[in-house]
Amino acid sequence: MIVGLLWLLGCQLAGTAIVELTGIPLPGPVVGMLLLFLVLVLRRRGGEDDPIIQVGDYFLSHLQLFFIPAGVGVIAYLAVIRDAALPIVVALLGSWLLGLATVGWVLGLFLRRVPEVAGTQGAPGEEIE
Amino acid sequence: MSIVLWLFVTVAAYELGRWLRRRTHSPLAQPVAVAVVIVGALLALSGTTYDDYADATTLISFLLGPATVALAIPLYHQAARLKGMVVPVLFALTAGAVVSMVSGVLLVRWLGGGDVLERTMATKAVTAPVSIALTERLGGYPELSAAFAIVVGIVGAMVAPRLLTLLGIRDPRARGIAVGAVSHGIGTARMLEESRVEGAFSGLAMGLTAVVTCLLVPLVAYFLL
Repeated sequence: MIVGLLWLLGCQLAGTAIVELTGIPLPGPVVGMLLLFLVLVLRRRGGEDDPIIQVGDYFLSHLQLFFIPAGVGVIAYLAVIRDAALPIVVALLGSWLLGLATVGWVLGLFLRRVPEVAGTQGAPGEEIE
Repeated sequence: MSIVLWLFVTVAAYELGRWLRRRTHSPLAQPVAVAVVIVGALLALSGTTYDDYADATTLISFLLGPATVALAIPLYHQAARLKGMVVPVLFALTAGAVVSMVSGVLLVRWLGGGDVLERTMATKAVTAPVSIALTERLGGYPELSAAFAIVVGIVGAMVAPRLLTLLGIRDPRARGIAVGAVSHGIGTARMLEESRVEGAFSGLAMGLTAVVTCLLVPLVAYFLL
C-alpha cells in the first residue's frame, strides 16, 4: 500500500517540480500522470500484485469522492449560472455534440481500413469517476 | 470539530450517492451529483460559507492530485489496443478537442456569456480533476468547470449511444472513443454497459483527451482568449 502511495505522490511531486522549473503550461498532476505511465511501461510488471496498480485502482474507483468539495463550489456560482443560463446551456450541449460527432466521423473514415485487433474482447474496464 | 464534521458529512453523502446508484442503476444517480446537492443543502441550512467548507475538506480535495496521477493506469492497461490506430486516434482526438474547445468558447461569446465564462467552458470535455487544474491556469471558475464536466458526462451517459447510432457511427471502437473524448469517466462507465470494446476504448480516449487538451489549451488561449 505505502509503496504504491509513494509512487503516486512521487510522480505528482516530480510533475509539479518539472512544471515549476520549466514553466510548461500543464497541470503538475497531469505531468505526474505521464511520468507514472512511463514508469509502468518501463517496469513491465503491471500484475495484480503490483502495489502501484493496487493503490491506483483504489484511488480511481473513488475518484468522484475527491471532487465533491470542488463540486460543492458550484453553489458559490449560482448567481453566475442564473445570469448566463442560455450561453451556458447552449455552449455546453452544442460543443459537446460537435465534439462527439467530430471524433466519431473522423475515426469512422479512418477505421474502415484498420481491422479490429484480436483480443479487444474481455479486457478489464475500470469504472472511474 | 468542524473539520471532522464536514469530512464526515462529505464521505457520508458520497456513500449515500453510491447506494442510490446501486439501487437505481440510473446514469442520473452520480454519487458526486447526489453528494453536492446534499452538502450544498446542509451548508445553506447551517449558514456555513463555502470557504469554511473548502478549508475543512482540503484533505479530500488534496487527494485529487494522486488520483489524477493514477489515471496513467487505465491508459497503460489499454495502450496495447492502440496497435495500428495510434495516428488516426490521436488525429481524431485532436480534431475533437479543438472543435469542442473552440465551439464552446465561441458559443459563449456569441450568446454574451462573458470572458471568464469562456475560459470556464473551454476545458469541460476532460475529466473533472484535469478540468479543474486547467481552468485554474486559464483564469476561469475551477469549481464551475468541474460541474460542467460532470454535466456533459451525465448527458453523454444518457444520450450518447443513441445519438451515435443516429449519426451513423457504428464501429464500436469509434463509438467508444467518441464518448470518452467528450464525456470522460461518466460516459466511459456507460459505454462499459454497451460492450467491453466500447468501454475500453472510451477509457483510453478519456486519458488521451486529457493529455491532448492540456497541450492544446495554451494554443486555444493564445488565439481565442
